[in-house]
Amino acid sequence: MPNLIVVNRAGDETNIDAREGISVMEAIRDNGFDELLALCGGCCSCATCHVFVDEAWVGVVGAASGDEDDLLDSSDHRGERSRLSCQIMMTAALDGLRVAIAPED
Amino acid sequence: MDSSVSSRADVVIVGAGHGGAQCAIALRQNGFTGTVTIVGREPEFPYERPPLSKDYFAREKAFERLHIRPPAFWAEKNIDFVLSTQVEAVDPLTRQLSLSDGRSLGYGKLVWATGGDPRRLSCAGADLTGVHAVRTRADCDTLMAEIDAGKRDIVVIGGGYIGLEAAAVLSKLGLNVTLLEALPRVLARVAGEELSGFYQQAHRDHGVDLRLNARVECLEGENGQVTAVRLEDGEHIPAEAVIVGIGIVPAVEPLILAGATGGNGVDVDAFCRTSLPDIYAIGDCAAFACDFAGGQVMRVESVQNANDMATCVAKAICGDAKPYKAFPWFWSNQYDLKLQTAGINVGFDETVVRGTPADSAFSVVYLKDRRVVAIDCVNSVKDYVQGRKLVENGIRPDIAKLADVGTPLKELVST
Ligand SMILES: Cc1cc2nc3c(=O)[nH]c(=O)nc-3n(C[C@H](O)[C@H](O)[C@H](O)COP(=O)(O)OP(=O)(O)OC[C@H]3O[C@@H](n4cnc5c(N)ncnc54)[C@H](O)[C@@H]3O)c2cc1C
Ligand code: FES
Repeated sequence: MPNLIVVNRAGDETNIDAREGISVMEAIRDNGFDELLALCGGCCSCATCHVFVDEAWVGVVGAASGDEDDLLDSSDHRGERSRLSCQIMMTAALDGLRVAIAPED
Repeated sequence: MDSSVSSRADVVIVGAGHGGAQCAIALRQNGFTGTVTIVGREPEFPYERPPLSKDYFAREKAFERLHIRPPAFWAEKNIDFVLSTQVEAVDPLTRQLSLSDGRSLGYGKLVWATGGDPRRLSCAGADLTGVHAVRTRADCDTLMAEIDAGKRDIVVIGGGYIGLEAAAVLSKLGLNVTLLEALPRVLARVAGEELSGFYQQAHRDHGVDLRLNARVECLEGENGQVTAVRLEDGEHIPAEAVIVGIGIVPAVEPLILAGATGGNGVDVDAFCRTSLPDIYAIGDCAAFACDFAGGQVMRVESVQNANDMATCVAKAICGDAKPYKAFPWFWSNQYDLKLQTAGINVGFDETVVRGTPADSAFSVVYLKDRRVVAIDCVNSVKDYVQGRKLVENGIRPDIAKLADVGTPLKELVST
């Protein structure tokens, strides 16, 4: 299973196993983190699953585009490395991905 | 009830749905160390309801992916569950609940988060086999099993969001879908005419036989199984299965019998408190004076509302009571149409359409006394994000600019 490194709002880092075929949002939620609300369940409608992708991974994961890009603008914390975690699907290529949960809006 | 569960908890939450789950999560996040028990009538741990008429119904997502938190999470956070069990009575004097398994459960604080039961048809035939609601996983699974068994003629009664979403999924599966709306337009309770007209056309374009002003006389059946829907004008529409999506009845009877005030749901004050001591109510079942609807007392049926009321109550229990003022928003997915709404359009007196509905990307802005009170955006995420600010700030925009898609809504925020 690909590895995912999650940094919570307190700055603590945890290594989790993330099943391929689920989103980074689901992997985070399923591993007991309670900071992601993910209210729309992953259909790119709410922006409550905002994460910052680690510098080194931005190129691999890619930038937000289209609806996701527009929706991210609703966050006061939007930055260059912002993504909605429900829109990143876990694949073997993302093994070792590191993301930080964005502050609450 | 599991004998390992004690007979009293500092906080008892009734209803293991969106509001109940979030209330428990937020209690722990805010440092609550007392005992928390959730009593839920359904057998499942809390799961997301919206997919029941969307991707779960379309079988694009397995049930496990709907869990609001994985089952192990709850044990880790020391949240006890009493599932498949209903709270039948509340005694506010002794602070005891009577459960459907015959036991009683004491509480320090009670959070009522029971949502509602699907409203049933009152006509003949409403109890026939093959007549379904879409509120729970069980409802959805029964319906899907019938479709698997080869049923093809499906009649949906009610053109609200749930009925429309279900119709979209079924017509995409290639089934014969008839949608019956009793009023002159769909979504009449929640949206303006422009949005209704747009969705009517979209469903017809996808092959749904959509009937307006269609009043159901009765359901007909053979050997207890529904076979047709008869309309008041005498028309007879073959139906192997019927989906009834005509709203909910808030599940508040035990509270009302215990003396809580309420009518349409249970009444709560700005802090989500009912009229009974230490009893809160949240989510679909709670009627409150909504700031975003000019102070009108109403219930709001949305994930946002259940979630934010839950957090509000959890904070209050943890000693940080603040009035409930969260911003209302909602979404709906049908076909490739993504709807996002911000604000509440109650009492609007003017609408402005941005963009062309024929392009399947447009927004409807609702105004009241020239102020923006709500916005419905179809495939227009930018308008949704920027339009929220117009609602939040009660902006009175220049109408010509508002109607011009070339003018981004953010340029109107400071007018
Ligand atoms: C098919 C469908 C699609 C939807 N789509 C959307 C959408 O796209 N966007 C959106 O924002 N909202 C949507 N909603 C609405 C949203 O799901 C609700 O607003 C939300 O679930 C309300 O949460 P709640 O906690 O108030 O109630 P619920 O989530 O309904 O939970 C209440 C729970 O309490 C249980 N209960 C009731 N009485 C008792 C009792 N006496 N004892 C014990 N347990 C009891 C019920 O069985 C239920 O499990 C949809 C709803 C449905 C049904
Ligand atoms: S969960 Fe709603 S946008 Fe990601």
